Amino acid sequence: MRKSTCLLGALAVLASAPAALADRGSDGHVNIIYWQAPSTMNPYLSGGTKDLEAASLVLEPLARYNEAGDMVPWLAESIPTVENGGVSEDLTTITWKLKEGLLWADGTPVTSEDIIFSWKYCTDPAGGCAQSEKYNDVTSIEALDDRTVKVTFGVAKPFPYGPFVGAQSPILQAAQFADCLGAKAPECTDANFGPIGTGPFRVTDFRPNDVISLEANPNYRDASKPAFATATLKGGGDAMAAGRSVLETGEFDYAWNLQLAPDVIANMAAAGKGETVSAFGTLVERIEVNLTDPDPALGAERSTAKHPHPFLTEKAVRQALSMAIDRELLVEIGYGSAGRPTCNVLPAPEIYKSTANDACLVQDIEGAKKLLDEAGWTVGSDGVREKDGKRLSILYQTSTNAVRQDFQALIKQWWSEIGVETELRNIDASVFFGGDPASPDTFQKLYADLEMFANNFDGTDPESYMANWECKQAPRPETQWQGNNMPRYCSEEYDALVAEMAKTGALEERAKLAKAMNDMLMQEYVLIPLVDRGRVSAKSNTLGGVVLNVWDSELWNVADWYRVK
Amino acid sequence: MTEAVHSTLVDTKEPRSQWLDVWDQFRRHRGAMLGMAFFVFILLAVFVGPYLWTIDPQYIDIRARSQGPSWGHPMGTDQLGRDTLARMLAGGQVSLAVGISAMLLALVVGALIGVLSGYFHLLDGPLMRLTDLFLALPLLPLLLVIIMLFRDTLRAAFGPETGIFFLIVFVIGITSWMQTARIVRGDVLALKEREFVIASKSIGTSPFRMILRHILPNVLSPITVSATLGIANAIITESALSFLGLGFPSDFPTWGRLLYDATDYLQQYPERVIWPGLAISLTVLSVNYIGDGFRDALDPRIRGR
Amino acid sequence: MFHYTIRRLLLAIPTLLVISLIIFLLLDLAPSDPTANLPLTIPPEVRERIRESLGFNEPVHIRFLLWLKQFFVNEPLNVIESWLGLEQGDRLRVLSWQTRSPVVDLIVQRLPQTLWVVGMSYVVGVLIALPIGIYSAYRQYSWFDQIGTLVSMIGFSVPTFFTGVLAIVVFSVWLGWFPSIYDTTHKVTDWESFLFQVRQMVMPVCVLALYNAAQISRFMRASALDNLNQDYVRTARAKGVRERSVVLIHVLRNSLIPVVTVIALGVPQIFGGAIITEQIFKVNGLGQLLIIAIQGGDVPTVQTLTFIFAALIVFFNLIADVLYGLLDPRIRYD
Repeated sequence: MRKSTCLLGALAVLASAPAALADRGSDGHVNIIYWQAPSTMNPYLSGGTKDLEAASLVLEPLARYNEAGDMVPWLAESIPTVENGGVSEDLTTITWKLKEGLLWADGTPVTSEDIIFSWKYCTDPAGGCAQSEKYNDVTSIEALDDRTVKVTFGVAKPFPYGPFVGAQSPILQAAQFADCLGAKAPECTDANFGPIGTGPFRVTDFRPNDVISLEANPNYRDASKPAFATATLKGGGDAMAAGRSVLETGEFDYAWNLQLAPDVIANMAAAGKGETVSAFGTLVERIEVNLTDPDPALGAERSTAKHPHPFLTEKAVRQALSMAIDRELLVEIGYGSAGRPTCNVLPAPEIYKSTANDACLVQDIEGAKKLLDEAGWTVGSDGVREKDGKRLSILYQTSTNAVRQDFQALIKQWWSEIGVETELRNIDASVFFGGDPASPDTFQKLYADLEMFANNFDGTDPESYMANWECKQAPRPETQWQGNNMPRYCSEEYDALVAEMAKTGALEERAKLAKAMNDMLMQEYVLIPLVDRGRVSAKSNTLGGVVLNVWDSELWNVADWYRVK
Repeated sequence: MTEAVHSTLVDTKEPRSQWLDVWDQFRRHRGAMLGMAFFVFILLAVFVGPYLWTIDPQYIDIRARSQGPSWGHPMGTDQLGRDTLARMLAGGQVSLAVGISAMLLALVVGALIGVLSGYFHLLDGPLMRLTDLFLALPLLPLLLVIIMLFRDTLRAAFGPETGIFFLIVFVIGITSWMQTARIVRGDVLALKEREFVIASKSIGTSPFRMILRHILPNVLSPITVSATLGIANAIITESALSFLGLGFPSDFPTWGRLLYDATDYLQQYPERVIWPGLAISLTVLSVNYIGDGFRDALDPRIRGR
Repeated sequence: MFHYTIRRLLLAIPTLLVISLIIFLLLDLAPSDPTANLPLTIPPEVRERIRESLGFNEPVHIRFLLWLKQFFVNEPLNVIESWLGLEQGDRLRVLSWQTRSPVVDLIVQRLPQTLWVVGMSYVVGVLIALPIGIYSAYRQYSWFDQIGTLVSMIGFSVPTFFTGVLAIVVFSVWLGWFPSIYDTTHKVTDWESFLFQVRQMVMPVCVLALYNAAQISRFMRASALDNLNQDYVRTARAKGVRERSVVLIHVLRNSLIPVVTVIALGVPQIFGGAIITEQIFKVNGLGQLLIIAIQGGDVPTVQTLTFIFAALIVFFNLIADVLYGLLDPRIRYD
């Protein structure tokens, strides 16, 4: 109790109410720490995870994903499907119905106008909405009555759950944001920092990139929730300090996303003030292989399809690189219980998970050597393999991050055992992921032979994710180096599968297609998956009701959190 | 300050005697000799040591990770099982080389600009505004721009390691001379009006000679302090650079980097922090004492005592 | 001296304009991007639209002129209007790209904690450093001097990213004396809350003060040593001036020039915030604002902050120059 007295002075008065069926606000105060500080409460203006999650305390969508990745109705009465008639047979419309009696925090009713407004807000061309992809292909949204809207798509949408589902596309209050459309959006500072929502809390004080103070929403739809009367979401610092404040000093109740070495976390948890919670989503740490030549001598044409890579275009080399890696050990060093070795770039949900590539789970240095021998790569005098005057010498880049640098060092050693020389390079994350076409160091440009990073997708549908490796997605000068196909992989067969998936509705069929695409990428070794990365967060022993959810905001069920007495 | 003029006269007759005096005085300075001995020891350790302690600092022995000190690994191993002693030795080479050269560069630039703008009134305005500009430039974007513009060119010209070494020394030097310049200028402004300088000027000493004989020796003590602080600063800055991707590759150990990496393991393996921390502190301390001794030895008033 | 000051102040205007232009060009050249921190799930087309809505794709001179207008015309006009109680005009202020809120408001919000923590640490540092420096010089190579040298060398060569974490582990985790996370929303209303404010400031202030004091005390010591052997000190002693006044009046005054320079260079740094210390203790002041803005490619925020910083540097260096003249009347600038 010491920490609450010292942190918030007034708070020591802990109600002596029984734990079961607490009243709203009976459990006092909850302290949450995010080591990345939220900069706005309007998720449409910033796509950052930290901002989405902070906003999810206040703003809510029609439906969410639960911890199992299943869609659950949130503000809507039920999930519309073709079976219940909510989705039309031709897959072009979806009809949502709001729950009855929903109120905004200011006491006004939530209506279908608010839903329509949220769509208009995000799709205004001058607004620069970070989530506009969610509303792709929506041609119109009409109100059937006060609580019902019908969303119409311009094309058949096998997966019509983009708009208004998940933390990325919540409902804004039309009245509050009416004057903030388009170019006016950034000028509405008060609204962006203190949106009126339907969630369990409302903002009392927002300090961008620092701290958010919240209190229970008096008009929240469940009269007994949330259990906490007030909440603080502090931001800033580093994962280490965040973990320490929950697990060791007990000043905070919940710390988000602790990307730390497993033995560091274990040591902190030994203090006994809290525990870690972890769950797995779709995030895969992988090495992407450059199939084009990054030689600086090529000038503007380096790393473009015009010049194939001198040796990484050879499948045997790519395969050998993958075989030499001990994924179990990488997990043990870098992620502990928050990681699993994986041989797929699409590791979840269960129906999409392929088992065809699991041979890579076992490190096979001898096999890799044999493969290279057979391909004609002979070991030179300096221990590096050569063929036709080409040496197996590679530049391996990634962003700056302690775990990634450990991975680089380990993998470099394994590759040296099979006769591959590696130069390591790490680049500041803000430059690496920055995508500035003028910089040589972005992950899209890939002015290196290999690069390592992690990627995933929102929600549970992999369609757009798997389309990343379409031929036309390759970053190149003509696209200002934008695009997600870093290996510059180009296969008609693969592109055909992508096109096929875009018009397939049945879940079974879609799963089969996604698996086929995954297997194709894996068996060509253009991507070398390393670790299926879970999420680790920490909670104090006195905080109850936490259910870690990687498919949606981590704070998705904050209304159910309570103080363990 | 008549002695200064006097010694100039003596100097022309017996050119060696002054430096012999300085050396004699330096030798009598206990702190300076200790500092010197320790500094030589560190230099020997990091440059000769790797021939005696032959474990490869980049070799990963994953089974032996996070071990405490033992005969096989006198300073233990890190989280990947690399030998800490080998890494300290290898890291010392880079840290010392970068620390000393970057410090010298910053010192030369700083002292030059400081003396010029303090002594020549016409240069004062432009040079000090330039100093203001460099003080105001945000460091991080500046570094990122320098990396972007020069890394690949230097890498092509000098190879990855030498090229990066030059770049790092240049970057640290160019971003840390301003304090020295301001301090030296302040002192020169005051010195310029002292009697001995005016006297010397009145007998027609050329500005160049004046600066060399009278101004520089008298601003030596702030320069010495800047030098000591500069080494520490350069060693730490070097480690910060490698996080931006400007420094040496991440598996290339340096003292600053070892210290930073070990901070996360402060509670479990405190010895990992102690080694690099101690090495940096002791190096800086020894440079400080050498500087003290040098300064005292050059001061004719103390030398006589 | 008065004319000199006026001339320098006038000269400061073009200087600052040039500096701000150079900073702007530098930021423009730097390979950072406002969408760098967004999750990879946001597709390239959307990123492009975000950049467009921020005005990122305008030519560089247009953006610079826009910033100049917003910062030098719109912001002051807004301030004047709110002083006079007039209706606020519909002028575009300098907006941060990350938070989409006025940068000046952010700075005003951050200023208190930075001034308290970083400013206090500087004051503490100077107050410790001056006496230590003088006494070390006065009793050169005494035990006091040797220990002072040792502590200041360690203080300077062990960086704050380590001392800060060490302090947290010892005083927050093991002893539980101080909070490890600074509460920026804390308001001092009574004795109790004042004590809490003191407790949460102790660690960051001490860590920074150690670093500052180490540096300043070295310069103080060196400069005092130079002066202690001067002829005028001997003369003063020969004339029977008390030792205390010899040291504290004659020597101190004459040896302050380098110290004044260092302090004048350090004061703007207070407003620049202490990036690492602020991060470690979660003080979230101006330093943290700057680093987050740099990482997020938030050009308007970085530009505004560095400009204010530049103005302070120019101003405090001018103050140092004026102080030289007061400390040593022989120094003339004209």
